[in-house]
Amino acid sequence: MTNENIIEVENLVKKFGKFTANDRLTFQVKKGEILGFLGANGAGKTTAIKILCGISAPTSGKVSVAGFDAVKHPEKIKQNIGYMSQKFSLYDDLTIRENFRLFGGIYGLSRKSIRQRTEELLKRLELYEYRNRILEALPLGWKQKLAFSVAIMHHPQVVFLDEPTSGVDPVTRRQFWELIYEASEEGKTIFVTTHYMDEAEYCDTVSMMVAGQIRAFGEPRELKTEYGVKSVNDLFIKLARN
Amino acid sequence: MRTIGFLIQKEFIQIFRNKTMLPLIFALPIVQLVILVNAATLEMKKIDMTVVDKDMTSTSRQMIQKFDGSPFYQVDKANFSVKKAEADLKDNSSDIVVNIPQGFEKNLLGEKEADVQFLINAINGTAAGLINAYTTSIISDFNDKILVDQLGKEFELPVEINSRYFFNSQLDYNIYMLPGILVILVTIIGMFLTALNIVREKELGTIEQLNVTPIQKYQFIIRKMIPFMIIALFELAFGLVIGHLFFNLPMEGSYAVLFLFTLIYLLVALGFGLFLSAISNSQQQVMFVMFFFMLTFILMSGIFTPTESMPDWAQTINVINPFMYFMKVIRMIILKGSGLADIQHEIFSMLIYAVIILSLAIWRYRKVA
Repeated sequence: MTNENIIEVENLVKKFGKFTANDRLTFQVKKGEILGFLGANGAGKTTAIKILCGISAPTSGKVSVAGFDAVKHPEKIKQNIGYMSQKFSLYDDLTIRENFRLFGGIYGLSRKSIRQRTEELLKRLELYEYRNRILEALPLGWKQKLAFSVAIMHHPQVVFLDEPTSGVDPVTRRQFWELIYEASEEGKTIFVTTHYMDEAEYCDTVSMMVAGQIRAFGEPRELKTEYGVKSVNDLFIKLARN
Repeated sequence: MRTIGFLIQKEFIQIFRNKTMLPLIFALPIVQLVILVNAATLEMKKIDMTVVDKDMTSTSRQMIQKFDGSPFYQVDKANFSVKKAEADLKDNSSDIVVNIPQGFEKNLLGEKEADVQFLINAINGTAAGLINAYTTSIISDFNDKILVDQLGKEFELPVEINSRYFFNSQLDYNIYMLPGILVILVTIIGMFLTALNIVREKELGTIEQLNVTPIQKYQFIIRKMIPFMIIALFELAFGLVIGHLFFNLPMEGSYAVLFLFTLIYLLVALGFGLFLSAISNSQQQVMFVMFFFMLTFILMSGIFTPTESMPDWAQTINVINPFMYFMKVIRMIILKGSGLADIQHEIFSMLIYAVIILSLAIWRYRKVA
């Protein structure tokens, strides 16, 4: 892990009419870090992630991802990030291989490297023999892992995962986190939102969001000591109640 | 360009894998052409006539004979009172009542002038107009015959009307309607499929995954247009084949000109679909909006009634009706053999239209979620 900041957010505000979804967010994420972006449903996690990905414009504030300004150059950010949405969004009526080929092609990979990456990623998931299956009939856990693989296919610098493990069984969740660690070891920065507090223990840094504001930010161990709690779960309850 | 290739490949895989769409692409033109061309006809083949002959002379019978002999009339009712004959009009069992007064023959031979009355059912104004025109022509024939009979064989009518119909010499209604139906077919396939396709991606959420990629807006638009453009052009070709095989559709002009114009026209039609899908969020919404435009455009397109006879304000509005241009041009090319020079105004209009509507579509398509 270097000390270089790959995400820099300063006084980010996003309003929908009178409702403030993100209230003066300020934080930095270092290259190669796993950031757990925690918060209850409706705390403003997805809103923030969409702004960082360049598909939603902030009301005010400065946002820079992979060295590019999110307001001025959202398209340059898009080339350097991977994104996995809360809602499963690969094509259900295409086969696994066709989905990989499509997104590889969109990110400008050559036909040869599309083939190589598809094989490599599917073999890691032990799904290579299913490559000609249409996605529709596959179990949700498989689909989530495939969506993650598609998101890292073009070797992005930052991967945004919006509640990647919601609705997935504990075994698959565990496997999913192994994938996240592998990607992190390759030097990719992982930005993951979740409301499973046990997952937060796996992160290098956690951010606690309550009602549009970041209430706590730091390493899980330090935060637990600071607030005098045993687990991130207790920390969350303590912060959310106040 | 490589990116677009990948995207188009994806669209085709999805279209050919769709179990409802593929049969529809083939079934739609056959059903529409075979049924609509035969059913949506303005020709009056069977005009029901009720006769009220109060004269009962050979002359009056000769006149009735004239109608009976015509393939368009069916003289199947007779009555002695106009009141009762009117009842036939009321219950729709008759389209026209002919009332020959007593003394018809006597007046005609004696005073060289006689009256006869026709009552026409005008619920359908267009049909009534046609019946009137047919009837007038039969009566004028009858007049000529009387003149010749009275004045002897050597008499020649001062002015003889001798019509020849250009571009559709048999006045075959089918070959007039068929190109019109082709216009609707090609447009519906292109416009609907394009618009529904994009909105479906919005509903499924797959568009969000595309929006976070560095894909350019124009690439997105082109990739949605090309597959449906190819399908729409295929529909035109398929429809023309059906027309030639089953309806003796002529082709006076060149296929190259027709397909070139169709291509330009499709930029507008699909651009329209793209624009509507950019401003809609659900399939329901886009269907409803499109239905509104389609219905208005088709009725004002000139498929049934000439656009030139519409009021001025309607003709002004019609400038934005893409159907109107294509309806006009396809008939010009197929029936009249018009070339590029004859349709240059329409080509030019369509190009301007395409630039405007596609710019709007690209501008309105937001890469946001």
